[in-house]
Amino acid sequence: MSAKKIKGEKQPKSERKAGKVKGKVKTATKLARAMLGRVIMGRHANGMRRVAITGMGTINALGRDVPSTLEAMREGRCGIGPLEFRDVERLAIRIGGQVRDWEPETYFNRQQIVLYDKFTQFTLLAAREAVAQSGLIFEGELGTQSGVVLGTAAGGMNTWDENYRTVYEEGKNRVHPFVVPKLMNNAACSHLSMEYGLLGPSFTVATACASSNHAMGLAFNMVRSGAATVMLTGGSEAMLCFGGVKAWEGLRVMSKDACRPFSATRNGMVQGEGAGIFVFEDWEHAVARGADILAEVVGFAMSADAQDIVMPSAIGAQRTIAGAMLDAHIRPDEIGYINAHGTGTAANDKTECAAVAHAFGHHADRLMISSTKSMHGHLIGGTGAVELLACIMALRDGVIAPTIGYEEPDPECALDVVPNEAREAKVEAVLSNAFAFGGLNAVIALRKA
Amino acid sequence: MTEIRERIIQIIAEQAMLDPSELKPEMSPEEIGIDSLGLVESIFAIEEAFDISVPFNANEPEKSDFDISSLGAIIDAVEKLVAEKA
Repeated sequence: MSAKKIKGEKQPKSERKAGKVKGKVKTATKLARAMLGRVIMGRHANGMRRVAITGMGTINALGRDVPSTLEAMREGRCGIGPLEFRDVERLAIRIGGQVRDWEPETYFNRQQIVLYDKFTQFTLLAAREAVAQSGLIFEGELGTQSGVVLGTAAGGMNTWDENYRTVYEEGKNRVHPFVVPKLMNNAACSHLSMEYGLLGPSFTVATACASSNHAMGLAFNMVRSGAATVMLTGGSEAMLCFGGVKAWEGLRVMSKDACRPFSATRNGMVQGEGAGIFVFEDWEHAVARGADILAEVVGFAMSADAQDIVMPSAIGAQRTIAGAMLDAHIRPDEIGYINAHGTGTAANDKTECAAVAHAFGHHADRLMISSTKSMHGHLIGGTGAVELLACIMALRDGVIAPTIGYEEPDPECALDVVPNEAREAKVEAVLSNAFAFGGLNAVIALRKA
Repeated sequence: MTEIRERIIQIIAEQAMLDPSELKPEMSPEEIGIDSLGLVESIFAIEEAFDISVPFNANEPEKSDFDISSLGAIIDAVEKLVAEKA
């Protein structure tokens, strides 16, 4: 253990501080419900902190960093193509948004690779970019006040797959000693905390396709409440291996040729892989150190449909969209863009469009909604994180990422889905939707910084 | 062929938790009480039972090459697939 971490553990000051803030929040809730939404400098009138995004990083089928990914989104480029891995010829579904020519040796040493499943590798790479951009160094008190919340659905799926092969297919009776620490869902979170000496609240959430939106929503609430000063958050997924794709194949909702969300010609979803990591920081802290604030996280809502293990509910989605706007104190007509869950399945796209139409009323015809899954595929537990990049691009650069592969309008998806070509538009506030299998919904709201 | 018919009826009846005698060829999956998830599971069971691949996409069941409009249609389609295999 490093000296930095030991030093951090001996700092009760931060705990005292956290307790104090908690008390403050309680009183504020009683006092000032009516004042909610008013912002005085870096704090809300109720004592809650504002939350800045000061760093972002990614790796996905579109690129190995944020600039290349955003450039691809601007150009409406498709990162989906033929899958390349062992036994792919035994699959009925052979396309995906794969990170091509992945050689972990380029980024990690032998000892690291022994412990890092691909989903951890993706996480660490994306985090390097995000933390470097933020300019933060987690020393002393800041280390104890900072943590990690990540989302993943399958964790170390490649490690499971490879080692099941070893014992079942090859009949061996011995596996590598680090199989468990490599495949566990919290491995990426733990390695991230170790890499940067983050000693605060850290954990992983698994809510299938909503995992990283849930993670980012929790991270947002932790910074907002004062429980943490900085949170590294987002998610990662690396399910593109024989077992991972074979399992999805079984559901019969996968497309064999392309992901065409909202298009009448759509025929299913396409899997992707990669990670998106963000630095969520106490606004005052970010301003005090002169950080470049990329966007403000202003609201989050989550809910359960309590209905069906795979079929989504329009009411559940609508409640969550409305809840995020309420939490953000944003009027529906202030939302200019929604990054849709938009999986390209009949069940999701129709339900999501109905939910948006109901949640926004007339304004539904004025806002833009696109699914970038058409370009990078569905990153399952990491998808909301990569999609948040499109939200930040909309706010910061005034560029709305398109829904590519769009061929024919579907009367049940009669919204402005920004078909095929990116569009320039000024937007002040955006939402990012995630509606998971199991009926678990998570919607995040961002505002221009 | 009656063997195939009986086996399919058995699979569908088991999925719907009904007695095979309650199923009629003109009944649709909905009438039998099978939802989309139940249909996916039934087709999997049929594929396993006859060692065939059923072209079925849950996104657009009505557009699939495989007719699932009624129990009778499913039986006909499976019989065709089994015959093609032989």
